[in-house]
Amino acid sequence: MNFKNIKYFTVLTLSLFLMSCSNNDDETMITVIESEFAGVYKVKDQMGRPAVNTVFVSSSSKDSFNTTIPSQQGGSFQPMFEANLKALSPAYANAGDKNALGLDAATFTGLLATDVLNVSLDGTTTFYDGTNVLTGRALADDVITVELLLIFGGEDFTENPNLSNDNVDANDKEFLTSFPYLASAW
Amino acid sequence: MSEIQLNINLKTHTMKKSKILVATIFLSIIGLITIAADHIDAPATSGTSADITDFYAFQGEDTSNLVFVANIQGLLSPSATADATFDENVMVEFNIDTNNDYVEDYVIQAIPRNGVMYFFGPYAPNTTGIDSKIDEMAIKSEVSISSYGADAIIGNSNNMKFFAGPRDDPFFMDFARYGEILAGNAPGFNNPGSDTFAGSNVLSIVVEVPKSTIGGSGTVNTWVEAKAKQ
Repeated sequence: MNFKNIKYFTVLTLSLFLMSCSNNDDETMITVIESEFAGVYKVKDQMGRPAVNTVFVSSSSKDSFNTTIPSQQGGSFQPMFEANLKALSPAYANAGDKNALGLDAATFTGLLATDVLNVSLDGTTTFYDGTNVLTGRALADDVITVELLLIFGGEDFTENPNLSNDNVDANDKEFLTSFPYLASAW
Repeated sequence: MSEIQLNINLKTHTMKKSKILVATIFLSIIGLITIAADHIDAPATSGTSADITDFYAFQGEDTSNLVFVANIQGLLSPSATADATFDENVMVEFNIDTNNDYVEDYVIQAIPRNGVMYFFGPYAPNTTGIDSKIDEMAIKSEVSISSYGADAIIGNSNNMKFFAGPRDDPFFMDFARYGEILAGNAPGFNNPGSDTFAGSNVLSIVVEVPKSTIGGSGTVNTWVEAKAKQ
């Protein structure tokens, strides 16, 4: 009998014992014994793609965004994302302006407002590697430069070169090729 | 540049009230309240044990596996890292949507007890969304939480791998300069830039699972949540 079974056996025994102690036949006695991880866990923070809440959600809405389930985020927050994108990168306000993914302000923010990370189970996983787009997020991906390029870089990544790359292209420690992949702590 | 001061009222407010401060002090404040990938992204979570700093999902060294990484409690200095601990009232939940309706079809839940990180799943949860429970009948795994300065302890069970403990923050960005640009104090980034997150640590949870247990093939949508016991 493993530990888990012992636990349930104990609960059962205790329940029978407590029921037998009850002389009130009119009441159904329900005994709830808290197991180690019982309880309700309520969301406090969530994240899909990097920097989305940071960049596109207005200050007063950040907590609200963090506690809205992804299936409701797009409908609730896309207009705010679009307004903030146009404020951040005014070229998007021009009719027909698009980024290098061919997305205009409405479609780009429509994609981002549902804050989930798309991940391919069939091969390369990267935020963007020059070929694959949004198939995951690897540790070495320069996600900030990718996002800056999509926000400021225009249709061909050539607009606003001074805003489209933070010129920090790699981590300060080498990643590992094997689990747990992240570098040891400083 | 003033029109691009959106959503950073905390920093711009600081700027307005402290114009006499020299730029270096402002930069150090920015460094402390920085937000970046998801570091300290919102008032209710900033600086708490439920503050997710980053989320990664990528193919493992064994290409039949997928790796999930959740980092919490960012910007730990080396001197503060040994004392940083996972909160036993905070469950970190990886969510996987396999049919593109943005509702989780599988979860992997991680929660610490007495120096051990317990993992449940991947399994199909009975309920989805804001509130979660932990199904203790689900596949259960565990790994001792690694200590600062010690070798990483890796759990191997149920065809999965597990790690929990301090690591170098894998995120990199010249966030300080980004703040200067948004504040209208700089016309663009420096070249080379300066990694605001260099030399800082996070608490990491890493789990590697067979792709076959989370949908097998195709594209899935994933996100991570920090959920506090009520």
